[in-house]
Amino acid sequence: MDARAAAGGQGLGGVTEHTMTLELRNVTKRVGSEMHVAGISLTLAPGTLNVLLGPTLSGKTTLLRLMAGLDAPTEGQVLVGGRDVTGTPVRRRSVAMVYQQFINYPNLTVYENIASPLRVAHIARAEIDRRVRETAGLMRLTALLDRYPLELSGGQQQRTALARAIVKRAELLLLDEPLANLDYKLREELREELPKLFAEIGAIAVYATAEPSDALLLGGRTATLSSGRVTQFGPTLEVYRRPVDRATAEVFSDPPMNFVAARIVGGKAHLPGGVVLPARGPLAGLADGDISLGFRANHLYLRQPSHDAVAVTATVAVVEITGSESYVHTIREGDRWVALAHGIHELNPGAPVEVYLDPYRMFVFGRDDRLVAAPNFAEAA
Amino acid sequence: MDKIADNRAWFMVLPVLVLVAFNAVIPLMTVVNYSVQESFAGNVFFFEGSKWFEQVLHSDRFHAALLRQFVFTGTILAIEIPLGVVIALTMPRRGPWVSVCLVLMALPLLIPWNVVGAIWNIFALPDFGLLGRLLNGIGLHYNFTRQASDAWLTLVLMDVWHWTSLVVLLAYAGLVAIPDAYYQAAKIDGASRWAVFRYIQLPKMRRVLTIAVLLRLMDSFTIYTEPFVLTGGGPGNATTLLSIDLVKIALGQFDLGPAAAMSLVYFLMVLAMSWVFYTVMTQGEART
Amino acid sequence: MTRIDLVDLAHSYNPQTQSAGEYALKKTSLTFAAGGAYALLGPSGCGKTTLLNLMSGLLTPTEGAILFDGVDVTLRTTEQRNIAQVFQFPVVYDTMSVYDNLAFPLRNRGLRGAAVDLRVREIAAMLDLTPTLARKAKGLTADSKQKISLGRGLVRADVSAMLFDEPLTVIDPHLKWQLRSQLKQLHAQVATTMIYVTHDQTEALTFAEKVIVMYDGAVVQIGTPEELFEHPNHTFVGYFIGSPGMNVLPATINGKTAVVGGHTISLPRFYGKPLASTRTELGIRPEFIRISENGKGLPVRIKRVDDVGRYKLARVALGPLALNVMVGEDARLPADSAGIVFEPGRLHVYVDGHLVEGSA
Repeated sequence: MDARAAAGGQGLGGVTEHTMTLELRNVTKRVGSEMHVAGISLTLAPGTLNVLLGPTLSGKTTLLRLMAGLDAPTEGQVLVGGRDVTGTPVRRRSVAMVYQQFINYPNLTVYENIASPLRVAHIARAEIDRRVRETAGLMRLTALLDRYPLELSGGQQQRTALARAIVKRAELLLLDEPLANLDYKLREELREELPKLFAEIGAIAVYATAEPSDALLLGGRTATLSSGRVTQFGPTLEVYRRPVDRATAEVFSDPPMNFVAARIVGGKAHLPGGVVLPARGPLAGLADGDISLGFRANHLYLRQPSHDAVAVTATVAVVEITGSESYVHTIREGDRWVALAHGIHELNPGAPVEVYLDPYRMFVFGRDDRLVAAPNFAEAA
Repeated sequence: MDKIADNRAWFMVLPVLVLVAFNAVIPLMTVVNYSVQESFAGNVFFFEGSKWFEQVLHSDRFHAALLRQFVFTGTILAIEIPLGVVIALTMPRRGPWVSVCLVLMALPLLIPWNVVGAIWNIFALPDFGLLGRLLNGIGLHYNFTRQASDAWLTLVLMDVWHWTSLVVLLAYAGLVAIPDAYYQAAKIDGASRWAVFRYIQLPKMRRVLTIAVLLRLMDSFTIYTEPFVLTGGGPGNATTLLSIDLVKIALGQFDLGPAAAMSLVYFLMVLAMSWVFYTVMTQGEART
Repeated sequence: MTRIDLVDLAHSYNPQTQSAGEYALKKTSLTFAAGGAYALLGPSGCGKTTLLNLMSGLLTPTEGAILFDGVDVTLRTTEQRNIAQVFQFPVVYDTMSVYDNLAFPLRNRGLRGAAVDLRVREIAAMLDLTPTLARKAKGLTADSKQKISLGRGLVRADVSAMLFDEPLTVIDPHLKWQLRSQLKQLHAQVATTMIYVTHDQTEALTFAEKVIVMYDGAVVQIGTPEELFEHPNHTFVGYFIGSPGMNVLPATINGKTAVVGGHTISLPRFYGKPLASTRTELGIRPEFIRISENGKGLPVRIKRVDDVGRYKLARVALGPLALNVMVGEDARLPADSAGIVFEPGRLHVYVDGHLVEGSA
């Protein structure tokens, strides 16, 4: 059923098979006394799509630059295919990079823009032409080859930049928030196209983004970053559904994950304000002690989802309606929770509202913020 | 960014080293050499230690030249910087007139120094120069070859005419780099023209103005050609600025030792001033 | 609180040529009620920022008039209109402290002393800027700077309207939530007319009471988020609102039936028989298509399923037509072929892109 993998089988005519693995071993980057990334170890397999997910300043760009060889790590090693390339400059590595800003040569046509990395590499004219047209076809730029970048829309400009990056057939394709400057709808379209594209070119793709929805739509594997550390690395849905700690869960939730402190007494979870959740699902079999519970906005309900769910009274802070859904921001016992509910819920700020906590949907974090138990999903990846 | 270590890269620096050696180090060492020796007939030398330096530093003639130099530099900076900023502010930010203005502004900068001197010399001659005739025609007794104040006026005018453009171009470059949103926000905040200048334009121009002041400071301190062409430092010693005085001593009197000592003092002064000035101007930036 | 009326407003950036295609904003008449929260939503180049700048007075319209509470302000300056505007990229006065930044618009209007201080501290508290008041604005993060820009607009108690030009573009996703809900709360507190320009439907729909959807220099639809979602009156609105947008399928319409991809389905209302020369389409949102348990409904092939965590997105093919279907996070889907059912009340008929209501 996974058509992404199927699409990868077709490949591009004449593409050299990429078999190189990229490995970061205990990589640290300090600038002055500032720690940018700390002790990161990652192994990226050939032909995979890897998402670096984290907020601004979490170290995404630094990590990309280390992978590219634009920067050298303060400590640790970068290995490509088992060979240490830590000191090798970017020029001698097989790397392509795409940035948030659409970077094209304004005085060159789309065709010449795409051809530019090949011209630098002194490749035969006929071969250049063949590869440019092939890549342009893939990026749906064929009709625009004679245009100049400034005559293109933002989406087309970014597709040109992407084409220039993939025409090189580099072993490593790095993308730094490539869709952040695009219109919402364009972003949606490119997000759908990209996984197919990555599967076809077969390189190691690394995609840095701050948006959880980007990671989910792209699939592949995700590494979550928080304050310069990789908190988890694994298949995207697995990270989403079983975040190893609170930081990962926070990074991978939009709207932000809701949290509440709880104390397990005699197997039951006692919440502030005298609310008790039954020991069901992830809450079953917990040892007595202090924990915190996390639940995503779509799992805070305005209607009772199951008979084990417990009603809690909160105060409405603000309601945002998207047309089909409502985001209800509530405050309870000093905690701010967001509920994402189907339908239109017009509630007045300051009014009380009944929200339901479903024990089956709770993430349980221990006092050290590590995951203790997660909801069981019918089709967890 | 970290650099990749490869010692062969040092060879790349070699041509520059050779160039700098010929350009700066060797001539400078020659001057240092002269400054501590007494010379006879240009080929017999005696070691004199710091004698020439003491002589220079205590000489009234040097003090007078130095004072004139400070007055001159201060005057032209006080005129050129504000005037340059004002002109830059009145220039259009976009449209067909931009290039016309820029070309007009760049014109004086393209003229060689000695030509500027010659032009102004002729222009200001009291008997047949346009300016000179005009001023005398309206009843002002203007004669730069006789009156010190007139010579000064002409010299300052000449420098302002020649170099204000540089300040204008630098300030203009700073101005056009300000995004439109700033002006729009200022309009919305009800900011006055002065407030826009004070809180948006001036802070954004600060860096380029630092460069402008530095360039004009060092350049005016070493001015030679213009006063030389105009009056040769006269009338009397009225426009004998440091460099003119230096040449008078070195070539007019062949006092190589004192001239070399004076050169060094002069050089160190310019260097020190530039350093102090740059540190002061950039310190505020680093802290905020 | 000011009511804003746009009367036959049009703008072209090229004053010489007068062909319709040159207009960045085509002739538009609109009313913004006093104290309302509005969003102008559309793709880049649709004329939304032009419209905003016409209202704030940063642009003077080629044609038409702008009325504030019935008074013609078309030729008045931004300052005379007493408008506040927040831009895409934060504008702060670098050399001033945060406090002075906030006080700036008040001092420019001749206010001094306690009147300024009271207001600045009130707004700073509202925006969580109190701890940074004494700092220089220069080294702050993008979101703090944007809060300052916002604060400079809010600090004037008497503004006619507050205009926002994609104010959250440079803000991190997590902070977007915070700022957006703060903005919404602020609107409830200050009751100023607010107009928010964006290309992001989530921002538009969550912020505004009424959303104005624009496309190619013209207003396509004005409505509450609910109306836009449930009754898009143009296929563009259907596509632009909703993520993914509405499925739009070429269809032949005849009375109460439609033929889609070779299959006949019945329609809830009567649509007559549109002219053969027109383009007729059916619109149905991915949210309103069910994958039937027993294979009933239109037969489709499941091409791909994207698990987006909160829900799953099935990409299906109905003959040559591609559709998106949204299913719940816990749903199990058949392997490759399935039947789909359209929720009857959610099916819309479009003729040449425009919604046709039909009759009972």
